[in-house]
Amino acid sequence: MNMMVKIEEKLYQNRYIVDENRPHIRIKDEAHCAACTSKACTVCCPAGCYSTNEAGGVTLATDGCLECGTCRVICQDSGNIEWDYPRGGYGISYKFG
Amino acid sequence: MVEKFDAIVIGAGPSGNAATYTLAKQGLKVLQLERGEYPGAKNVQGGILYAHELEKIIPDFRDDCPTERHIIEQRIWLLGDDNYIGTNYRSEAYNTDAPNRYTIIRANIDKWFSEKIRAIGGLQICETTVTELIRDASGKVIGVRTDREGGEILADVVIMADGVNALLAKRTGFQKEAAPENVALAVKEILFIDPELIQQRFGIKDDEGVVIEIMGKVTKGMVGTAFLYTNKESLTIGIGCLISDFKKGECPPYKMLEDLKNHPVIKPLIEGAEMKEYCAHMIPEGGFKAIPQLYGDGWMVVGDAAHFNNAAHREGSNLAMASGRMAAETVIELKAAGKDFGAGNLATYKKKLDESFVIKDLKKYRELPGIMHSNKQFFGAYPDEITQAAHNWFTVDSVDKRTKEKDILKAFVKRRSVFGLVGDAIKLVRAMR
Repeated sequence: MNMMVKIEEKLYQNRYIVDENRPHIRIKDEAHCAACTSKACTVCCPAGCYSTNEAGGVTLATDGCLECGTCRVICQDSGNIEWDYPRGGYGISYKFG
Repeated sequence: MVEKFDAIVIGAGPSGNAATYTLAKQGLKVLQLERGEYPGAKNVQGGILYAHELEKIIPDFRDDCPTERHIIEQRIWLLGDDNYIGTNYRSEAYNTDAPNRYTIIRANIDKWFSEKIRAIGGLQICETTVTELIRDASGKVIGVRTDREGGEILADVVIMADGVNALLAKRTGFQKEAAPENVALAVKEILFIDPELIQQRFGIKDDEGVVIEIMGKVTKGMVGTAFLYTNKESLTIGIGCLISDFKKGECPPYKMLEDLKNHPVIKPLIEGAEMKEYCAHMIPEGGFKAIPQLYGDGWMVVGDAAHFNNAAHREGSNLAMASGRMAAETVIELKAAGKDFGAGNLATYKKKLDESFVIKDLKKYRELPGIMHSNKQFFGAYPDEITQAAHNWFTVDSVDKRTKEKDILKAFVKRRSVFGLVGDAIKLVRAMR
């Protein structure tokens, strides 16, 4: 029951049209993340886009993003996440939805 | 020269499609913009299609709408750690020529709806993200700016059907960011499987379908629900909880979904199926009290972007279609009367909503979101106690029945106290009345 869940295996099934070098979500101030005690984004993101790094901060990789908006909602008080839709045609492209 | 339309609709989900179709049907010059690669590319739904609202817009939709199974059985299950107690409603009367509810695969429906829109002359452009609303000196919305080159387009009125994130309304200052306790995050998977196995495991034939709504230990004490739906050749399984609960950082959503799939009651139903897609989406759960401003000078907001979701009844897409249709009807009426699209005239849209099931239902359950949010026992203690009570009651072990009754009552009182139990009953009544 208590197995590790590999999010990569789930995301592998999805279709993405990646906008190279143009991430649609950005962490504004890395120092703020390093000082953040909860780092809830690293647990809540359903695509596991946020991870803690060796420097004690948060690393964001948007390639697997499902564009749900959860990170923006949980981090709204700090305003440290800049959240845009990807450019038209890019990002997650659900086959079934 | 910048092109001008009667109306621009942003988004190709149920609300945007309903609005665009209704406008195009009356011959208005309407432009629908969708940021996805194709209609549906960004959309996620459980999904159940409620026929009644779609029928109002496209009466003969059953002729070619790619639905999955019509629902003849509704199950509601409360899951314990390794058990469940539940209620089923099944009726042969649902096997009719005009079923009321269907399971669907969302992308198929959105593509179909878009074809219907194009067939009656509606103009739809995909792969185009609206970046901001264009406003005149008085603040009136007069068009949109897109991420395409020379992407300014003008219109008499803009209908925002851009979904739960509602970025445009937020950026323009028409809405505030949603509070974490007012939105849920749901994750789901589609699992492909031999249709014969679906029929055997769920006791159905042909295009008959079963849907299971689930509460209980699977949400790990968080405010949330889960579901398992039967499609033609696949099953969809999903789980969602309030973001304010996920925010506590106790369990990643995909782990919760995996635990649901491995629950001893669920696992045999999905065994052997192949996962083909994993989705995540937010759901508006704040109800009546979380509804934002719905209209202003030159704009209206519809569907999830307007927070129209009846969490208690798991209805959303029908509210979306109804609100999209009513926004469009407002435009049609004002145009016919030669009136402008200022806030004073667009107030008609809200009046239509107030008089419909959309606002009436949300109003009825206005206390529900707050009560659920602050009373976690409905998602932790009660599933435990109720399933344990059932286990005790149905185990035949020579303990006399009066003693069993006392033990069950004692267990509830121990967990919640007498006052707690009475209080919870009052809260439930308040939430539902």
